[in-house]
Amino acid sequence: MRRGLAIPIFIIFSCIIISTAIMMRPFGEPKSTEMDDYIIKNAQNETGANNAVTSVVFDYRGFDTLGEATVLFTAVAGVLLVLRRYIHE
Amino acid sequence: MSEPSKIVKTIASIIFPPTMVFGIYVILHGHLTPGGGFQGGAVVASAITLLLVAFGTAEIARRLKESHLSVIESIGALGFISLALLGLTATFFYNFLAGSGFIFGRIPPFGSNPGDMNTAGTLPLMNISVGLKVIAGLFAVVLVLAFVARSKGGGKR
Amino acid sequence: MIQNLPYIAVALLIIIGLYATIFKKNLIKIIMGITILESGVNLFLITLGYRKGAVAPIYTNLPEGTKVPQSLTFPVPQALTLTSIVIGVAVLALMLAIAVQIYRKYRTLDVTKIRRLRG
Repeated sequence: MRRGLAIPIFIIFSCIIISTAIMMRPFGEPKSTEMDDYIIKNAQNETGANNAVTSVVFDYRGFDTLGEATVLFTAVAGVLLVLRRYIHE
Repeated sequence: MSEPSKIVKTIASIIFPPTMVFGIYVILHGHLTPGGGFQGGAVVASAITLLLVAFGTAEIARRLKESHLSVIESIGALGFISLALLGLTATFFYNFLAGSGFIFGRIPPFGSNPGDMNTAGTLPLMNISVGLKVIAGLFAVVLVLAFVARSKGGGKR
Repeated sequence: MIQNLPYIAVALLIIIGLYATIFKKNLIKIIMGITILESGVNLFLITLGYRKGAVAPIYTNLPEGTKVPQSLTFPVPQALTLTSIVIGVAVLALMLAIAVQIYRKYRTLDVTKIRRLRG
């Protein structure tokens, strides 16, 4: 019964997502570019790095990277915890 | 499980040093070329995983305990946090080394340039700490999964 | 239609991942579906940040005649995708570890046969 309900919902969702992909703005022509233009122009002066992506990752959005490092730490700790009893065999 | 053949061991020992050097290059040049701490850490972790596959889990586990890996990961995380805290004179994650003339403190000329290692302030140091963290984290996961694969049958409930 | 081909590829990846996640019974196949879904999302973020004829936003030895900033791609979606990829690897490791534990306990990976997880 649940499977009978799942199939139509899945088909409707697929149609919605495909039509959204067809109706989106043309590929390669973004509308609003102010934030990224600012970062591209000023990344070299403000952080001194040639690589703008690295300056975004570690400087402009450092909090993002901090949270992501926390997620990595938590996941590794979780794996070691779940599989703890196989380590010392 | 049978022992891997001599060909596998020889090729692994030949390929291991260039892979390691490439990973460390990707980490250290993260502020100049495509790459950074995450990508280079993944490359180095895959180099150690190659040794794990070729020489067997027991050989690697005798030399590299998983407690050492958690120490390395903690060093990386603490370095990252303390670099962020050192910029607290202005804000959290302030790049206090950029443009100061100290280590990594030069500002490159605007536009296309050949790339100077001695630039970008705290970013290379953060790349190194994140690289250590990713190496230790990914390899700890791979090592533990290898332990699970080695354990006999797993019949206990 | 044809210039939106990357978006359609994103939609297909997301649909394939969702199909595997909903309709498959094997736990490993469900994990693979989640990973495919995740790569669809990553590809979507990357396609949003592309400008026609642009190169990566790295100033080291930029090609001749590159206009700054018109012919450089967006750095922010790329940085967020980097974050997303690493989180994806971490979550994948955790899912595989839990799948290993489930197999050791129930001796099966079929989600309909894992009795005690049924609500």
